[in-house]
Amino acid sequence: MTTTAPEVVRPDPAADPSAAWSSPSIRLSHVSKVFGHGPQAVHALDRVSLTVGTGEFVCLLGASGCGKSTLLNLIAGLDAPSLGTLEVTSRPTLMFQEAALFPWLTVRGNVDLALKLRKVHKRERTAKVDELLDLVHLRDFARKRPHELSGGMRQRVALARALSQDTDILLMDEPFGALDAMTRDILHDELELLWSTTAKTVVFVTHNVREAVRLGDRVVLLSSRPGRVAAEWEIGIPRPRRMDSAVVAEQAATITDRLRAEVRRHGDH
Amino acid sequence: MATTETPPTAATDLDAELAGLDALETGPSRSRLRVRTAWAATWPKLVAIALALLIWQVVVWSGWRPEYVLPGPAKVFSKLTSDFGALVEGSLTTLQRAVVGFALALVIGVVLGALVSRSKVLRAGLGSMITGLQTMPSIAWFPLAIVLFKLSEGAIYFVVVIGAAPSIANGLIGGVDHIPPVLLRAGRVLGARGFASLRHVILPAALPAFVNGLKQGWAFAWRSLLAGELLVLIAGNRTLGGLLDANRQVFDTAGLISVMIVILVIGIVVDSVLFGTLDKVIRRRYGLIDTAR
Repeated sequence: MTTTAPEVVRPDPAADPSAAWSSPSIRLSHVSKVFGHGPQAVHALDRVSLTVGTGEFVCLLGASGCGKSTLLNLIAGLDAPSLGTLEVTSRPTLMFQEAALFPWLTVRGNVDLALKLRKVHKRERTAKVDELLDLVHLRDFARKRPHELSGGMRQRVALARALSQDTDILLMDEPFGALDAMTRDILHDELELLWSTTAKTVVFVTHNVREAVRLGDRVVLLSSRPGRVAAEWEIGIPRPRRMDSAVVAEQAATITDRLRAEVRRHGDH
Repeated sequence: MATTETPPTAATDLDAELAGLDALETGPSRSRLRVRTAWAATWPKLVAIALALLIWQVVVWSGWRPEYVLPGPAKVFSKLTSDFGALVEGSLTTLQRAVVGFALALVIGVVLGALVSRSKVLRAGLGSMITGLQTMPSIAWFPLAIVLFKLSEGAIYFVVVIGAAPSIANGLIGGVDHIPPVLLRAGRVLGARGFASLRHVILPAALPAFVNGLKQGWAFAWRSLLAGELLVLIAGNRTLGGLLDANRQVFDTAGLISVMIVILVIGIVVDSVLFGTLDKVIRRRYGLIDTAR
């Protein structure tokens, strides 16, 4: 495993005229990731090429073992690719399936610490924390501790904390996977609203096809073992979308068929 | 961006929906009467003490041992009041030694624990040795301590530190080892590196286990200290250990038991009131106590 951090390059906006989005925010070319050595080596990702435009909402979809989380870790800079190049325009922030809030801090403290670690001056922090908590509608819960909140509220605090990072790129690793359907629906609306007002680039990993179609401008299907880009769909359904609308269901069905074909391929050998 | 503006009504609906979900999911805050909770925790203890005193008195009444060998509670309590001055003086000296010894053990334990938890080589070399040290009865260290430090407070502190520091170090090591990996990842995503990571993520996350280590370390320190005071008698120093020995020499069993009661009470107070409260406050704050009960 290499230990060098992925090279962060600010690409020339005009460098890739073929990209649908005029200025890419994330660009991976032929990125491979291998864990271990020799016959035990696991090829988590195999020559993945992917360009995400600035302000684009991309959903990564795939069955187990497709290296979705590995891919996010690489983009987040938590791990380095074995081969290939990776470029991001700003240091991304990452949200997990668990909220991963610090239990010894209050809601306010959690968001505040994120700003403090970025060396934001104390005078600016108070107002900034208020603003972020307003954004996720949790100002009234600022003095609560994480264990006093519901799972959905914890994820919103995690979202506020991620947004405090002053980055253009938000990576989300199945952030709503552990929530009930009602809460998830409402958080979809909230995320969509935040995304449309803040113009962030979002890469959203999920195993839920409808969720991907509900949220994404584009859905990217990864194949499993090794992870490769198997197919992509531009989702042209006008926003705001609903998870239970017929157009979303229809688009999701097409993608599900393709996803199942991918899974069947693994049963063949 | 190909997004239609969300109409204001939808945003207001979203606000209301979120507020509704939050209200439903957090529920009404439960506030119990503090006095009642305190009483519920206290009365079983009072009953247990009364029962112990009763059994003691029954044994004395049975005439199993003559009263001058095994005096009853009443005699011991009158001794407690008549010897009050000496007991307070002895307690203060002993407590002072306990605080100094424990502070030394704390510094050494924290440094040792921090080093071992951060370095693979040190862990391989010292990890099991630290746990091994804990199994060594502290009294077995005294002959060596007396040879090294003569009959001085140094000998006592040596044994107190060697008894307590491994527990404190182990508490810290265990705490660091059991930090959920996702918190460390979150810290890294937020840019916590080096000292900032230690200060803002690792140490607070390890705190509950560390407090447990402190509690255990205190128990070892207190035991080692009393053993030390019985073995290492320094002329002119009135200590609890010294009082125990003096009472034994003049065969004053009531005096002996009164000193033992003081030792027991100090041990319990520090353990449950000081460390117990600290532990409870931290656990509540970290959400490690099931509040549904």
